[in-house]
Amino acid sequence: MKKNSVLAPFIILATLSLPTFSLAAGSGKQHIENFAFSFEGPLGTYDETQLQRGLKVYTEICSSCHGLKYVPLRTLSDKGGPHFTEEQVRVYAAENFEVFDPDLDDYREAKSTDNFPENIDAGAPDLSLMAKARAGFHGPYGTGISQLVNGMGGPEYIASLLVSYTGEEKEEAGVTLYENTAFPGGWISMSPPLYGEDVDFDDGHSNDLHHEAEDVAAFLMWAAEPKMMDRKYTGFVGVFLLGFLAVLLYFTNKKLWAPVKYRKTA
Amino acid sequence: MSGIPHDHYEPTTKGEKWLHSRLPIVGLLYDTLMLPTPKNLNWMWIWGIVLTFCLALQIITGIVLVMHYTPHVDMAFGSIEHIMRNVNGGHFIRYIHMNGASLFFVAVYAHIFRGLYYGSYKAPREITWVIGMLIYLLMMGTAFMGYVLPWGQMSFWGATVITGLFGAIPFIGEAIQTWLLGGPAVDNATLNRFFSLHYLLPFLIAGLVIVHIWAFHTTGNNNPTGVEVRRTSKAEAEKDTLPFWPYFVIKDLFALAVILCIFFAIVGFMPNYLGHPDNYIEANPLATPAHIVPEWYFLPFYAILRAFTAEVWVVQLASFVTGGIIDAKFFGVLAMFGAIAVMGLAPWLDTSSVRSGRYRPMFKWWFLLLVIDFVALTWLGAMPAEEPYATFSLIASAYWFAYFLIILPLLGVIEKPLAQPETIEEDFNTKKMKSKESSEDIALSPAE
Repeated sequence: MKKNSVLAPFIILATLSLPTFSLAAGSGKQHIENFAFSFEGPLGTYDETQLQRGLKVYTEICSSCHGLKYVPLRTLSDKGGPHFTEEQVRVYAAENFEVFDPDLDDYREAKSTDNFPENIDAGAPDLSLMAKARAGFHGPYGTGISQLVNGMGGPEYIASLLVSYTGEEKEEAGVTLYENTAFPGGWISMSPPLYGEDVDFDDGHSNDLHHEAEDVAAFLMWAAEPKMMDRKYTGFVGVFLLGFLAVLLYFTNKKLWAPVKYRKTA
Repeated sequence: MSGIPHDHYEPTTKGEKWLHSRLPIVGLLYDTLMLPTPKNLNWMWIWGIVLTFCLALQIITGIVLVMHYTPHVDMAFGSIEHIMRNVNGGHFIRYIHMNGASLFFVAVYAHIFRGLYYGSYKAPREITWVIGMLIYLLMMGTAFMGYVLPWGQMSFWGATVITGLFGAIPFIGEAIQTWLLGGPAVDNATLNRFFSLHYLLPFLIAGLVIVHIWAFHTTGNNNPTGVEVRRTSKAEAEKDTLPFWPYFVIKDLFALAVILCIFFAIVGFMPNYLGHPDNYIEANPLATPAHIVPEWYFLPFYAILRAFTAEVWVVQLASFVTGGIIDAKFFGVLAMFGAIAVMGLAPWLDTSSVRSGRYRPMFKWWFLLLVIDFVALTWLGAMPAEEPYATFSLIASAYWFAYFLIILPLLGVIEKPLAQPETIEEDFNTKKMKSKESSEDIALSPAE
């Protein structure tokens, strides 16, 4: 029993670092594809170039309806994020966004100290936390085993949603709904945003629909959890130091109790 | 203070004597740390330290989080994101606080079930048990109000559902609900009072923890045999016990390090696993989430709350007898609080003369069933309120009450307990013999 409790953290670690494998995800009608993202598992990291590509998809396509109001523009230059230079971020902010400045009582070009603007014109939800606010994987039967193995599935949900339009449309109460096999209920009011080859990537990466969806989902995961790489690093340091402390305490305890436990019974 | 005879602190130097005659604080600390503790305690006796640690952890991380949090309906959600993105180390402290609540409840359930199995609630430890139950109730209140503070969808709708329970109380329910919320619905006043109380209650818990420790330091710890430490002389007591420091402090710290290792792995690698994705959506009073589910540690009692629907005959009977005053909703509320109340009454419901479950052949099986029942209720609380889960919930809830109200009183009468060891020393030595052969080499290295 004692040995088991010493091993427990390592067993958990080993389980967590297993490559994710595909279980039948989601309930009957909703189909979520299990994309293999670079940031999965305790060892997973964000892929800088993928985040940069994802930002481009966001900027050119998504941002026309959606905002990212909680994400500070300056964090685009963070290590463990898209990691642009500060100059690149300054130019990017000024070129792409205008924000309302109460001091000027007018709009001005965005600076890197501003957040991404919010966008409520089309009534579309803010995307800052979308990758954490949705779960692609569930159950089975409320046990949470699927989430334990595959992760919560937020980015998988986003990527799946973008590639799962069937092309069917219907009108309901004056609103056009589009059939989407990843969306709960199967009909979504967002028209298909991506068709493939919507943006040209600077690094020459493939821009078919599947890759665009994957990249923007990765970017949104970063937007929702920008400190993920810091967090995992701290987690490793914590587990390592506490594991070492546990080993030392194990031997201290054994030595301390030895004379009591193994003293000849008088 | 303690009933077990042991050495007390004697001031030796002039300075110590000076202080001791004015404030015997060193003596108090000495007696607390050197408390004679049964030497046969097993690994289920580590949870007290884990719980004390959790309380300190939650208070310290909480105090830091408050420095950056804004309790206002328009700003609370954004201030959490501010902590997560802009405050140095804020994301980690917040995840520790969030998952710390789960560690707290894992530990408290292990601690409670330890007490239930080894009969730690029985005389003379009833006060310790009842104070423990009060601490547990305060913990639930604190955790519930803390979950409201991020002002996400689950925060808001959880608060709406749970405060709605008080509205089910006949005649005065609605007034109580309004009084709790500070208005007709969950709003800024609710958020602010929950914030205020979420800050206050942990300190009340800390006070009760001191009383809890004081109580069992007076009676002495229970132990896996349930046999009391011999108290006729100091020499005899010393055969049954070892001082808390260093023997149990080091043992407990080792266990704590192992547990924290797992805890850090969860915080570092899957901090949102135990949370609900909907709480990353800002609270919206106009959009009800599809499934409102409480945090995992409330699920067993949530299952009991939902189990008693209007179709259940007990509910219909209660409604008939009281002339409709007790309806299904109120019955559910009574059942939920009753489930905790019967646990608090365990010292008076258990009629067995034997304390530890180890020597109770029938009790063991009923207890095992209770543990399974608790796990089942946790799972059922997360499932939708439909068949077959509704029936399962009802059966599982019924067993919970039957265990405390029928099985515990009855077993004491019909059960034939096994022979207990005469002393703790005897138990310790028998176990020692068993493990001796495998550890001969360690025995050869003297440490004294």
